[in-house]
Amino acid sequence: MSSRELHFYADMVKIRRFEQMAIDLYKEGLIGGSYHSYVGQEAVAVGVCAALTAEDTITTTYRGRGQHLAKGASAFRLFAELLGRIDGYCKGKGGPMHICDMETGILGANGIVAGGIPIAVGAALTCRMSGSKNVAAAFFGDGAVNQGVFSESMNLAALWELPVIFVCENNLYAEMTPLEKYVKNTKLVERAAAFGIPGEVVDGNDVEAVYQATQSAVKRARNGGGPAFFEMMTYRLQGHMLGDPETYRTKEEVAKWHAGDPILRWKKQLIARKAASGERLDEMEQTIAGELASAAERARASQEPDPSTILEDVL
Amino acid sequence: MNEAAMRELTIAQALNEALREEMLRNEKVFLMGEDIGDYGGIYKVTKGLLAEFGAERVRDTPISEAAFVGAGIGAAMTGWVPVVEIMWIDFTTVAMDQIINQAAKMKYMSGGQSGVPMVIRTQGGGGRGNAAQHSQSLETLFAHIPGLRVVVPSNAADAKGLLKSAIRGSSPTIFIENKMLYTKKGPVPDGEHLVPLGKGAVKRVGSDVTLISLSRMVDLAMEAAVELEKEGIFAEVIDLRSLNPLDEEIILNSVRKTHRAVVVHEATRLFGWGGEVCALIQEKAFDDLDAPVLRAATDDVPIPYNRMLEQQTLPQVEDIVQAVRSQLR
Repeated sequence: MSSRELHFYADMVKIRRFEQMAIDLYKEGLIGGSYHSYVGQEAVAVGVCAALTAEDTITTTYRGRGQHLAKGASAFRLFAELLGRIDGYCKGKGGPMHICDMETGILGANGIVAGGIPIAVGAALTCRMSGSKNVAAAFFGDGAVNQGVFSESMNLAALWELPVIFVCENNLYAEMTPLEKYVKNTKLVERAAAFGIPGEVVDGNDVEAVYQATQSAVKRARNGGGPAFFEMMTYRLQGHMLGDPETYRTKEEVAKWHAGDPILRWKKQLIARKAASGERLDEMEQTIAGELASAAERARASQEPDPSTILEDVL
Repeated sequence: MNEAAMRELTIAQALNEALREEMLRNEKVFLMGEDIGDYGGIYKVTKGLLAEFGAERVRDTPISEAAFVGAGIGAAMTGWVPVVEIMWIDFTTVAMDQIINQAAKMKYMSGGQSGVPMVIRTQGGGGRGNAAQHSQSLETLFAHIPGLRVVVPSNAADAKGLLKSAIRGSSPTIFIENKMLYTKKGPVPDGEHLVPLGKGAVKRVGSDVTLISLSRMVDLAMEAAVELEKEGIFAEVIDLRSLNPLDEEIILNSVRKTHRAVVVHEATRLFGWGGEVCALIQEKAFDDLDAPVLRAATDDVPIPYNRMLEQQTLPQVEDIVQAVRSQLR
């Protein structure tokens, strides 16, 4: 039994549970603004981040708690940031869309679609100029490929042969607009070839497939082989943001994807492979839920920031 | 200053020295921009640096301002010090997300975890028939954004000393040169020369009116002061050098002495930084004023191509002189 297989499961369960608890906190009125849940896409964050080391860096999106947790961020500090408290990663000044943790190499979630992509390219440039074997990964959604800076960044990374992994999480909707309504060519992976970047479509709800694909691209990038692009096929099981009436998709479609839930799929795999019993996995879930509950409780007890901090950290 | 220790340099040469010295001083300083390597930059500011420092540290980029500004942010967050050249200030508009939403806010949004020690060098201003998309003075756009430093030098010594300070700073800095000034010569001190950001300079002492300016308009203000002196009016000329931080003291101290002020800027008038300076003066030195604070600024139009129209659109020495005369009437 590989410990990696169980880690995949534990990490996905942790992200799912974290997001469900965040939804409850939002409903309680404790989280400001909009909340963009990662529920349903957990296999992408976990599979990709499992192929990265602590020294590798990532940029991600406003849906980014999945990547944060997968990269090793603390649930307590994430909860505290969602609540706007001083123990949050950004001392309460960033909020869910802007969480950054330099210690685990998270160069920021981002409120701007595609905004973090060139920043990952810059982090990869650092790897290159410093002569390290580290890589950077940029997570973004399918909607991001129509931003100019996506194309600019792909070209720059290809031209300079930078160790950057472009992870397009294709959840089939750019906010509320379905893929086929905003691109003529829905095969987003074909964009990669235009820039001279190897591209691959991956079942983004199969954590092992995501890991294997990323692992081989990361290995190539570490050895000077340049960037890679992945179109990770996945689906968000919640709306674009909480409160989204989801008028743009059918209940049948959502139900179909629920049946392909990456966590359920992996659980069945583990049981079928005799990697773990159902009881064992249930126990893991209970343990994780308990840990997250105590992290959330600690976060609730964290102080509000002092008004004197408003003017800090501007320059 | 010791005159013997000065050399005459153009602003382009002074900037080149600043880049070279900082690249020698700190091996993490590197350059990115369009045509800055082999070509040496369209105004030759980066001339010779590719040969000296190599293609890893002097990086010619595709015409992708958003991507290479963003790459600068990522590199800065991970320990390097990028000096990014945006060929014309008008082109910063295609990189505004990276400048305004990313670079300017990163330190604050991250709760102080990560600053973005990056300098964006660019050049603006009219006067050479480059028309509407290559002649703007957009410093106010950046000065309005919390988290950005904005530096706008007017002469060779300041250009060198301010650029070196900006490169050593910890904040994203928009360093705005002026296309008409690159060949302007001026004395530059030998050896290490740093000018702190946020400190203006009194270029000429006077008692009757304060002319507040920066970049190319400092020269016009100085010419206006000469004209005014012929009429017995002694103008004090201030070069702000930076808009953020803004040297409030140098403005207020002068106005408390002269009791009159004219702001001279090449940015268009409406919502230009002159309005901010006027507000500052009336908020903090209202009782010292003997006349309304006036502005000599570019008309609120895109810069026209025709030379005669362009000249008429931009502030001229006569506009400054007239403004002062009206205050003393």
